[in-house]
Amino acid sequence: MMALVDILISASFWAAAIRIASPLIFATLGELICERAGVLNLGIEGIMVMGAFTGWFAVYQGMPLWGGVAVAFGSGMLFGLLHATLTVPFGLSQHVVGLGVTLLATATASFAYRLALPQVTSPPRIDPFQPFAVPVLSDIPFLGPALFTQTALTYAAFGMAVVVGLVLYRTPLGLAVRAVGENPAAAAAQGLSVTGLRMGAVMFGSGLMAVGGAFLTLSAFSSFFFDMVNGRGWICIALVVFGAWRPGKAVLGAVLFAAFDAGQVRLQQTEIGAILPYQVFLALPFVLSIIALIVMSRRAEVPAALMVPYNKGER
Amino acid sequence: MTLAPEVLRLDQITKRFGALVANDAISLVLRAGEVVALLGENGAGKTTLMNILFGQYVADQGSITAFGQPLPPGNPGAALAAGIGMVHQHFTLADHLSVLDNIMLGTRPLWSWRLNRRAAHDKVRALAHDFGLAVDPDARVGGLGVGQRQRVEILKALYRDARVLILDEPTAVLTPQEADALFTTLRRMVARGLSVIFISHKLHEVMAIADRCVVLRHGRVAGEVATRATSPAALAALMVGAEVLRPAPPPGTAGLSRMRLNGVTTPDAEGAPGLKAAMLDLCAGQITGIAGVSGNGQAALSDLVSGLIRPALGRLDIAGNPAPARWTPAAALAAGVGRIPEDRHKAGTIADFTLTENAVLETCRDAPFSRAGWINWRAARAHATAIIAKYDVRCPGPDTRIRLLSGGNMQKLILGRVLETAPVVVLANQPVRGLDIGAISYVHSQLIAARDRGAAVLLISEDLDEVMHLSDVIHVMSEGRISAPIPRGGATVAELGLRMAGEGFAHAA
Repeated sequence: MMALVDILISASFWAAAIRIASPLIFATLGELICERAGVLNLGIEGIMVMGAFTGWFAVYQGMPLWGGVAVAFGSGMLFGLLHATLTVPFGLSQHVVGLGVTLLATATASFAYRLALPQVTSPPRIDPFQPFAVPVLSDIPFLGPALFTQTALTYAAFGMAVVVGLVLYRTPLGLAVRAVGENPAAAAAQGLSVTGLRMGAVMFGSGLMAVGGAFLTLSAFSSFFFDMVNGRGWICIALVVFGAWRPGKAVLGAVLFAAFDAGQVRLQQTEIGAILPYQVFLALPFVLSIIALIVMSRRAEVPAALMVPYNKGER
Repeated sequence: MTLAPEVLRLDQITKRFGALVANDAISLVLRAGEVVALLGENGAGKTTLMNILFGQYVADQGSITAFGQPLPPGNPGAALAAGIGMVHQHFTLADHLSVLDNIMLGTRPLWSWRLNRRAAHDKVRALAHDFGLAVDPDARVGGLGVGQRQRVEILKALYRDARVLILDEPTAVLTPQEADALFTTLRRMVARGLSVIFISHKLHEVMAIADRCVVLRHGRVAGEVATRATSPAALAALMVGAEVLRPAPPPGTAGLSRMRLNGVTTPDAEGAPGLKAAMLDLCAGQITGIAGVSGNGQAALSDLVSGLIRPALGRLDIAGNPAPARWTPAAALAAGVGRIPEDRHKAGTIADFTLTENAVLETCRDAPFSRAGWINWRAARAHATAIIAKYDVRCPGPDTRIRLLSGGNMQKLILGRVLETAPVVVLANQPVRGLDIGAISYVHSQLIAARDRGAAVLLISEDLDEVMHLSDVIHVMSEGRISAPIPRGGATVAELGLRMAGEGFAHAA
């Protein structure tokens, strides 16, 4: 028990949780935007792999780090365009298209990696984003090292959450996006383009997912591995439900999950770790997430038109 | 007298859905400060015409001019910008959003940074006050009643400074009091120079509110008359093309009991009472009418007869014998119960199935539609074609998805599906709700014909006139109780009304 308390009061634990949460925040926000517009984007896992690869490769080829982020965003938009074209104007099954995009994007990233680097035995490294200590704020005891000595991309993740929240709830664009996810006919009757809004939302959301993937290569690991996304995309889909389709709550969920993840690594090194097999600890964040999901999503309001294609002439 | 300026002109609008011509060269002129009623049966093309005007459908031919400018087709945004607002029959509101958000949706450029809710709030309040449309801008739409939702829809149009308001069957969902309030609002709007197109098939409303009536029939303009110069009877004749017969059916001759409820009690369901020690005898050759305010156990009665629920107490007899212990919809079908469900969209048909598929939904396991477990589509299609011809279902053909049919034609198909199985008991739950005059009299005549063939017909209706007009024997339902039978002509409207309010039930549970 003392071991658990020790972990919870250590600044390095919280710093790790925030770091682990960052890619989840990007991708969860991306998925949230798609779903708020009425489109379930199961392409998230593959798009994250694609973003991890393109972002890393751009930097490996000599682009600046932010250039890599932009390239990742662009590649996500591209796969978002594919997804949106099939699901919005053509109205195909969002499940099938999403899984297809995931397979295609994952395979394309692996293929491109092999094609570009046929000879390598160990994955080449780049110089990733370095932690940046925010002046003044990083001097606060405990909070400083936990929150304000992160990489720029982590700050960007939290900043993006604020921006997404403001746009969704405070601007005409956000209102329109939410409306097409609730009742596309209502939006169309008010003269809005349901197709345009949904496609735009899916593309932007997919871009964010790719940036989430790029965080792994550009900020966390500095190399690209084939299985580095490792189900994070699926976690983000659960986090959107956990967050009841609200950006603030989704960020909270991402941090919570990340804390479980960071906690289990540390718990393995305590005396409890000597008793229990390590697989129990690996499973812990997922088990706790499922429980939290069940508790939290009871009263969630699903966007009413989620997964419902909109056909203009239908009666 | 000089005519007020023209605000809207529809010129030779034609629209086809497959082989069905929904609008055939329809022309219409609307002037400032007038109410024009668009009158017609279901399926006459009223809603289609308005959806074209509003840009939700694109006309195959014809043009629209609004305030002297041609209106580009297929663009609701252009219609809105031209000052045309539409209140759809099925509201287009997002339930999870607030009233204000629904009203503001799409009114500001997408890429502006602020919604400016406060100014919008004030404007909505002012409009609501001016036009008598009381509604709280901060309420969530999901929590509002139907009347309030309609007010939100009207506010949406007024907020955009609409000069022309189209109302599609606005009173279909309203209580009489709400309808009166709506008419007051419309008169205020007209007094300020706005114009209204009022779509309806209720003659007395049209007479009350409209200055002019344009009558549509089978997609064509059947006539245009000033309301002052016409009468409800003349309008009805224009609508259906002939005098509507309202035959007082000769009484049926009661035969053997086909189904009997012997002190049946069923559990209460969400907000609706179950049956309370109900006694009811359905006899061959009789129409048994159930009068009562909806939500007084009619749903439980209907579910019991169709096999969806079983008696918790008491006994259900079929033709003198106890009902099978496993009383299921399949058992009810096997016992010869034909069902016309209350909600034809949800329980009666499958919207994206064709007419053929819908026609054999209940019988596809029996000969001739099934042979050795395979569906015989040729027989099914022939059956559907026969129903279409015999029951006058207006549609492009048996391969059309039933979604594309109007309510009346959908109901005719259901009627045909039921009656063609020669049922012993016919359950008709609100069989004419939402239908127009022509379809109503047709459905009624078919129910009488079924009775005369010896079926026991159970008619459940909220419309007291309908029950009194058709029934050989009437029961009143109140809070799950069923009154003793009242023979035709045995009670006045006032007496039935007292029963409906719960008085005069001797054996209260």
